[in-house]
Amino acid sequence: MLNRLFANVSLLLVLLVSAPGWGSEDVKIFSTEDHRQRFQVLVAELRCPKCQNQNLADSNSPIAADLRDEIYTMLEEGKSDQEIVDFLVARYGEFVLYKPPVKRATLVLWLTPGLLVLIGLAIIFLVRRRQSAPVLSAALGGDEQAKLQALLHDTGSPNNNDDDNGDNR
Amino acid sequence: MSRLKLFIPLMVFVVLAVFLLNGLERDPNAMPSALIDRPVPVFSLPVLGDEARQVDQLILQGQPTLLNVWATWCIACRVEHAYLNKLSGQGVRIIGLNYKDDLVEAKKWLAEKGDPYELSVIDANGRLGLDLGVFGAPETYVVDRSGTIRYKHVGVIDDRVWQQKVLPEWQKVQ
Repeated sequence: MLNRLFANVSLLLVLLVSAPGWGSEDVKIFSTEDHRQRFQVLVAELRCPKCQNQNLADSNSPIAADLRDEIYTMLEEGKSDQEIVDFLVARYGEFVLYKPPVKRATLVLWLTPGLLVLIGLAIIFLVRRRQSAPVLSAALGGDEQAKLQALLHDTGSPNNNDDDNGDNR
Repeated sequence: MSRLKLFIPLMVFVVLAVFLLNGLERDPNAMPSALIDRPVPVFSLPVLGDEARQVDQLILQGQPTLLNVWATWCIACRVEHAYLNKLSGQGVRIIGLNYKDDLVEAKKWLAEKGDPYELSVIDANGRLGLDLGVFGAPETYVVDRSGTIRYKHVGVIDDRVWQQKVLPEWQKVQ
């Protein structure tokens, strides 16, 4: 009896506590599937002005919620993606674009990755070429070469060398 | 030459260190306003305390004005309020933008802490805030005689911020 009462009261408490959550949930009903998909793309590509490392889709800040509502309204009004992006850029600057336009100020941003890849490839190429190059340099003179060979032969094969090297035999 | 090569990691480190050190001193919240040198957006909103009266962007023309975005839910606004009172006492014209706030609380706040604003417009749904590119209160705009935004400061205005950042801009629009 008491247990039952306790269970009922807890259930009531849980419902009371969770109730505010229903209202704040961000449910949007789109008139067309196309609007829904464009909305998803836009909120993923636009940056929250307040919490700067999140896009509008991920951010919980009030301003992000406002901007999501604004984008939703504009989509339903039939505005194009470009119009919506322009609207936000006019207010928050190009800062809100995770995909900045290619222009003078952003050229470094766009070109650096490619440049770094090129530099990386060049380094790999140089290292590979150095590794595959002959070990002996042609700069050594004739008798130097012979001396080098002798030395290499000497130290390189002490085991099958039976003569007076005084090695560990 | 090959000796010099040994210094490449050091040089890379120095370059990185300079960039990172520079980054440390920059405010990550500082964001250039898109509205600098543009007119204050068109609006028509009621006045706090006199809700029957509507004002529009013309209220920001004619004389240099600070447009201060505030709300009672904004903790930092509490911090800067006393300083705004002081500025207002020195004759700086400040128009408030009461941003998405509870009107009863807002009036109580001004009654208790003093009212530095010539008037505060009520932006209940944040529409003007959105048009201004507000992303968090407090924000303060320096608006010149023609109603053009010349400078924007995001965050609390205290003596240091006023002297170093806002005052030079304020003097420019005099």
